[in-house]
Amino acid sequence: MTSSPSTTLREAARAPGRVSLRGLAARAAPWLIAACVVGYALVVGGYAATVVAFALIYAIFVSGLNVFMGLTAQVSFGQSAFAAIGGYASAVLTTEYEWGLLPAMGAGLAGALAFAFVVGYPTLRLKGHYLSMATLAIGMITYEVAVQWDSVTQGYLGISGIPPLGIAGYEATSDRQILVVLSLCVVATVLAVARIRRSRVGRAFAGLAGSEEAARALGINVARYKLLSFLLSAGFGSLSGSLFVHVVGYVSPEVFSLHMVILSFTMLYVGGIGTIAGPVVGALVVSVLPETFRAFRDYQDLAYGAALILLLIFAPRGLAGLFTAIEDRPAKNGRSS
Amino acid sequence: MTACLKVEGATKTFGGLTAVNAVSFEVKPRSVTAIIGPNGAGKTTLFNLISGALPLSDGRVLFEGVDVTAEEPEAKAARGLIRTFQLVKLFPELSAVENVKVGFHLRSRGGLLSALLRPRWVRQMEAEIDDRARALLDLVGLGAAADRPASALSYGQGRLLEVARALAAGPKLLLLDEPAAGLNADESARLASLIRRIAEDGTAVLLIEHDMHLVMNTADDIVVVDFGKKIAQGAPDRIREDPAVIAAYLG
Repeated sequence: MTSSPSTTLREAARAPGRVSLRGLAARAAPWLIAACVVGYALVVGGYAATVVAFALIYAIFVSGLNVFMGLTAQVSFGQSAFAAIGGYASAVLTTEYEWGLLPAMGAGLAGALAFAFVVGYPTLRLKGHYLSMATLAIGMITYEVAVQWDSVTQGYLGISGIPPLGIAGYEATSDRQILVVLSLCVVATVLAVARIRRSRVGRAFAGLAGSEEAARALGINVARYKLLSFLLSAGFGSLSGSLFVHVVGYVSPEVFSLHMVILSFTMLYVGGIGTIAGPVVGALVVSVLPETFRAFRDYQDLAYGAALILLLIFAPRGLAGLFTAIEDRPAKNGRSS
Repeated sequence: MTACLKVEGATKTFGGLTAVNAVSFEVKPRSVTAIIGPNGAGKTTLFNLISGALPLSDGRVLFEGVDVTAEEPEAKAARGLIRTFQLVKLFPELSAVENVKVGFHLRSRGGLLSALLRPRWVRQMEAEIDDRARALLDLVGLGAAADRPASALSYGQGRLLEVARALAAGPKLLLLDEPAAGLNADESARLASLIRRIAEDGTAVLLIEHDMHLVMNTADDIVVVDFGKKIAQGAPDRIREDPAVIAAYLG
């Protein structure tokens, strides 16, 4: 781009913000860890593949949550509502009305965005935590609707027989095929979020996250960008809901309960809020961690809880934040400037 | 030539307290105007009325002949009325250069689609924004700190960064709220010449400042307020000898 080819390696290593070998390694580390976990699941298959598949779906959901909570510094407790809309739209339209997978997913997305707009437009204009309170309500209301609207959602019974992931005759039915498809979806999500963050839109998000007053003074329409961020995160939420029902083949209201919100918050903070890799690493670690403690039997939950607390003490900015901290630390044997 | 900014009878009351009382003045294009006055005289409140951070109780604000009294801060910013804050409001998570890049919001374009597709024109625009942001940091003397996080800058550096960020927005009128507070002598001298240069380049400057040295060296016109009222206005030489001003500061 703008860096001239005459820039020597030594200069590049000395200049902060330029890519050094260690910086590169620190940046690649979370992705390598994620790739290893997915690779392991691909080789082993079976139960490990199922656990990692769920983690990848959560990675998409949490990436969306991260756009709103990390990049834009807002709070939403109701993102499960958008996953529910996407999930139920996919489930109902593909089973009851025999729609194709993509049109059903698209309909769910449109529904989730419309709902997010209706909720977000009035509340995002208000200052303070009105939106957070409104989101708490929509998560609970959506859950109740899923339970009570028997004729469409079949209540607690749920909907089964949902067709597997597939496009144009190709279907992903085996554990490994599902893992590959989901990995591609996660890669697409991560690329999208990374591109948004480094764009004019991403800078507007960062501006209003840092200081709404300063952002407005620079001409940033704070209400509009908050709404856009909310819609984006609702969109990712809806897509992850659709993916979930196709992977599992079954959906019930419990899937989108408050537990989903708590789990996704844990993933976001463990992985590193506001970072691109954080949601992916967080989703994988929080999903895999309880499984690795299975040998502790009765003490599994205790070990899991202790591990989470230790993580948050020693990596308060999450696992991805830990790696950037290593990257930012000045080199011991080099003088800065 | 119409005035860049015209304030007519600006008044702000908080309950029974009149913080700003029927203040009127003009800012000419390409000029530096300073608002001075003792602490609590209503200077920052007056600034907030002009920038749109606070609604006026009475009076009007005209920018380039257009009544902008009721406009929101972002709408005024879009017209070229850009401010900085007395208590620095940086984006602490971002690096210095990223802070300045946010300032280019009004002078760049692109939404979600162009962010995702990142076509050629976006890549070119991003490269240009990066160059110009670094040039602005050089201008305020922060070139070497471009890639440091804003939270790691000293207080004085933070103020200068805020000025660079405001300049990125392409102001026609730059409102500076105590830009020299917390600056050392070097930084303050650099700021004074920077303010003169900004005005000569065609941007009018309106500033609140306690540093009389800076005010006398940069301002073409000085507005003195005390107890929310304008008590004098004129060139630095005249203000220095104005009995009302002397009384307000010494009496």
